[in-house]
Amino acid sequence: MRMVLDYLTNTRGRKRLSFSDALTYLYLLLGTLMMFGPIVWLVASSFKPQAELYRFPPRFFPYRQETVIVPGYDDPLDLYNVTMDDGTILQLAQVRRVGIEAQMVDPVTPGEIVRVNINQRTPVESVYFGLENYAEGVTRFNFWVYLRNSIVVTALATFLTLLINSMAAFALSKYQFRGKDSILLLTIGTLMVPLSVILIPVFLVITQIGWNNNLLGVIVPAAATPTGVFLLRQYMLTIPDELIDSARIDGASEWRIYLQIILPLARPALAVLAIFSIMWRWNDFLWPLVVLSRSELFTLQVGLNSFQGELNVQWNLILAMTVLTLLPITFVFAFLQRYITSGIATTGMK
Amino acid sequence: MKKVGVFLVLALLIIGVLGVQAQTEPVELRIAWYDDGNEGAVLRDLLDRFEADNADIRVVIDTVPYTSILEQLPLQVEAGEAPDMARVSAGERYRGFYLDLRPYLTDPAYWEESFPAAALQWLRGADEDGTEIHGFPNQFTVTGPYINRTLFEQAGVDVPSDNSDEVTWEQWTEAAAEVAEATETYAVAIDRSGHRFAGPAFTQGATYFDEEGNITIDTPGFRTMAQMLIDWHTNELTPAEVWLGSGGTYAPGAPFFVSGELAFYMSGSWQIGNFATNIGDAFDWEAVPNPTGPGGSTGMPGGTAFVAFAQTEHPEEVARVMEYLASVDVYREFVERTLFIPGHQNLGEIDYQTELPAAEQSLQVFAAEALKLSDQAYGLQYGSNAFAVNNPVRDRLTQAIIGELSLDDAILRIQEDIDAALAAAAAS
Amino acid sequence: MTSTSPPTESKQDKRTDSSLGGLFKPIGGLFAALYRGIINVVDFVMHPLQDRLGVRGMAYVFVLPNLLIFGIFIVFPMLLNFYYAFTGGTRLFPQDRPFVGTENLETLFTCGNFFDPNTCRTDIFWRAVMNTGGYVVAQVIFLILLSLLSALSLNRKVVGRGFFRSAFFYPVLLSPVVVALIWKWILQQDGLLNGLIVALGGERVGFLLNAQWAQVWAVVISVWAQMGFYTLILLAGLQAIPAELYEAASIDGANLWQSFRRITLPLLMPTMFVVIVLSLIRAVQVFDQVFAFTGGGPGTATTYMVQFIYETGFSNQTNQYGLAAAASLVMAFFLLLLTAIQLRLGRRSDVT
Repeated sequence: MRMVLDYLTNTRGRKRLSFSDALTYLYLLLGTLMMFGPIVWLVASSFKPQAELYRFPPRFFPYRQETVIVPGYDDPLDLYNVTMDDGTILQLAQVRRVGIEAQMVDPVTPGEIVRVNINQRTPVESVYFGLENYAEGVTRFNFWVYLRNSIVVTALATFLTLLINSMAAFALSKYQFRGKDSILLLTIGTLMVPLSVILIPVFLVITQIGWNNNLLGVIVPAAATPTGVFLLRQYMLTIPDELIDSARIDGASEWRIYLQIILPLARPALAVLAIFSIMWRWNDFLWPLVVLSRSELFTLQVGLNSFQGELNVQWNLILAMTVLTLLPITFVFAFLQRYITSGIATTGMK
Repeated sequence: MKKVGVFLVLALLIIGVLGVQAQTEPVELRIAWYDDGNEGAVLRDLLDRFEADNADIRVVIDTVPYTSILEQLPLQVEAGEAPDMARVSAGERYRGFYLDLRPYLTDPAYWEESFPAAALQWLRGADEDGTEIHGFPNQFTVTGPYINRTLFEQAGVDVPSDNSDEVTWEQWTEAAAEVAEATETYAVAIDRSGHRFAGPAFTQGATYFDEEGNITIDTPGFRTMAQMLIDWHTNELTPAEVWLGSGGTYAPGAPFFVSGELAFYMSGSWQIGNFATNIGDAFDWEAVPNPTGPGGSTGMPGGTAFVAFAQTEHPEEVARVMEYLASVDVYREFVERTLFIPGHQNLGEIDYQTELPAAEQSLQVFAAEALKLSDQAYGLQYGSNAFAVNNPVRDRLTQAIIGELSLDDAILRIQEDIDAALAAAAAS
Repeated sequence: MTSTSPPTESKQDKRTDSSLGGLFKPIGGLFAALYRGIINVVDFVMHPLQDRLGVRGMAYVFVLPNLLIFGIFIVFPMLLNFYYAFTGGTRLFPQDRPFVGTENLETLFTCGNFFDPNTCRTDIFWRAVMNTGGYVVAQVIFLILLSLLSALSLNRKVVGRGFFRSAFFYPVLLSPVVVALIWKWILQQDGLLNGLIVALGGERVGFLLNAQWAQVWAVVISVWAQMGFYTLILLAGLQAIPAELYEAASIDGANLWQSFRRITLPLLMPTMFVVIVLSLIRAVQVFDQVFAFTGGGPGTATTYMVQFIYETGFSNQTNQYGLAAAASLVMAFFLLLLTAIQLRLGRRSDVT
């Protein structure tokens, strides 16, 4: 026993697993379960057909009820194991079920309809990861169009964000000019104004500019992010002024300094901002909702929300489309997570 | 000189080609649309045939959720971003923004004959004594209840309307409660909507309007029905998700009825298409007449109109599309396939495309109900003050159900909300 | 006069090569050449401008695009919003709206007893205010506690630290709508949570149909979706504390709790402070997620301030833009106060 305990608590020979370490692992494992659990449940549920989703209590794996073609009936009928009154168990196919009564027939030799209480029957099932929800969802929910729009918006907005935020951060960190403090203050101030508050006036402005129902109306206004400016500014403050001064002495113009020196040096911060911007623009909801009313321009989030708002709430399709909506950002995350987490750590909050 | 000449000819050629190009580019028209059932698909089919005959017009249908029509469309219209045409349920909301089709129609008199004057007037504005034609009613609806007869049979409970022409809400509630207990389902449900609530309220004796059109909510009939709604929740006779599960918006009880978990469902005639498709013959469902009470027996009229907005850049083309859709044969086909009650008065015999006895029977019931609508009901749907009523009723009653407000406070608040809304509108 | 002085370039090249460039050499080379081309073009265009404006003048050029966008899409609408708050009626365009002075603000603040929304004229507004207050307090407390705990855990030498870090951060990536739908699905009457409860012998609970539960869950899903972000920030703060301090403390015989109280907490304070204020400001502005989650229901249990503004202006039959704008002014004022406090206290803690 002692050897097992020793082995279990051995951590690469450094020191024994202490009680606090054990607690830590427990907490982290529990935390991971809490973080990933709901998403795993979402994915597992997305494979289930509508009827299965109504089932309570729910089961983890998606099951499919076996069906059988019964002569005399057009559609395949669900198969059940039914406990008859005399104790024997028969496999019967169900014709209809209403309330607490099910009408069943013998699948092989369908004769009369046997009426059976629903509590006497159990379905014949097998595990099945069906893609029907996805297939049907994609036809009703214009996934590829929404995806394209989301990608276009995210890519263009991120590029624009990186460009103009770094320009502004450069000016605010490396120059002294009149109005600098007020501009800084203004930037802070805009952090406080949630879009939902100025929704109507912004909508009016966009309309007057003519960007209503135009992806530009979603891309451009979002590009000047105060957080981005701050992030980059904090980082740029750490770039030594001597570099810039010596470049100026060598005759480099300000734009050359910006493009050739500052931007490359600010790469870690730019990477973090890029990731943030991708995240923000991908998940933007309220703004595209107001600006875009033509369905072929919808981004994924707006499309998903509109999809769930339709009158006949079909959870099986909503779940499948939700999974599709979060897949792209998950892929991005999987590849870039190292940069994200270390990026926040280094540039995070100075 | 030669060079100038060549240049001129070339320029003219180019202009000519471009001009021709511009003409042969099809004009694109957009419709803002929402679906209760299959009507979007039917419309698409009809429009495809129209486009085949009219190569210079292309019609795009933007199908959005109903809440989008309620919330986003008004903003777009006011901001100058209206679509060319739309299907709207709150026709009075956009008065002043509609296109007058009359100058572009080949036969305006046909429109006046085919559609009820009240409906055309609804789009004009109550005070306008005008003659403009802004669209046509593409659907007439009546609110009324459905029952799941199979559940009644299983529970061994008589369906009250089989034995009597005048069944009260209390009787229905009692019968449905027995059914629910026996079959482990829900007894009653009513859509989360002030419009839906109004019919039952009127039946119980409520009156919203007096002769001058002033609105007073607090009447014994209103209280009775409100209390009944609250009691349904307290006694767990109704699925709480409908009135409590969806925050500030409209929510139908249809999913519960479709899945066979509901005995009695107060909704309206537009659900017939939905039920025909999604229930089919899984169980026996049918429409029953509106219950009777101290205020008589009435549902609420409603419907949607297909309208054209003045902001369109192609009024002539819009008029051509509208004329096509309003023509007798096309209208009839639309109604037959969607199982709508038509707003057109002269369709003649309608051969609804359904073999479902339930659907046919329901359509007949609702057609009969349509003749029984009370003045209060019409006043609420088409009156000039009516827009202010339904949402406060819905929202404040929800608060009463969850216990945030007492019923007395809720009724006070409804009145306050209505008055505030009317004052705000009057100030514009 | 263009400058291509070799010393500057080679310094820069070294820096370039030390990051990603090494992995994608040929592509990197192409990009670098392209980039250099762009630099030259931009320089060619911008140089005359610089000649005219001078170095300091170029600062304005750099700041201009950002300022333009802020100005047009945020500042101007804010001012417009301010104007709207003093107008009445239901028309959309400002020129169509009658001026009513402080009527909207009066409507908002007419209350018998400010703590009982029922006595107020715009009772929903005050309900929203109280709901927001409760939500903010609960959320910030739990966010701080859990983020701190997680950061402390992740700071230890545990196997798979990177994996845990990513796991905790993942929900941050999800959009508000997705978060809301995921949890809505779990909390249904027939959902997973009720399934577990029934399996353990309990009775089903209508989590989203009960006012108190809905409020609790609104906080929970919000904490779930944001914790990872603040955890990482606190983690960075923790990692900035020199390890020698802990070693010295353990030599002196301090246990975990003591070193936490004496070393960790004080040195982490500035970062904690930033987290508190950030999460506070964000919590006051909650909308998208809860709206998709419960729609503000049941009743008005999870209706928060921004939703009140949205619904008053947007989804009512009669759009009361003026009232909505007035409410937004109240909220903006409150946020301004919060930010001012942050700056004040932040400056003080910087000194220490």
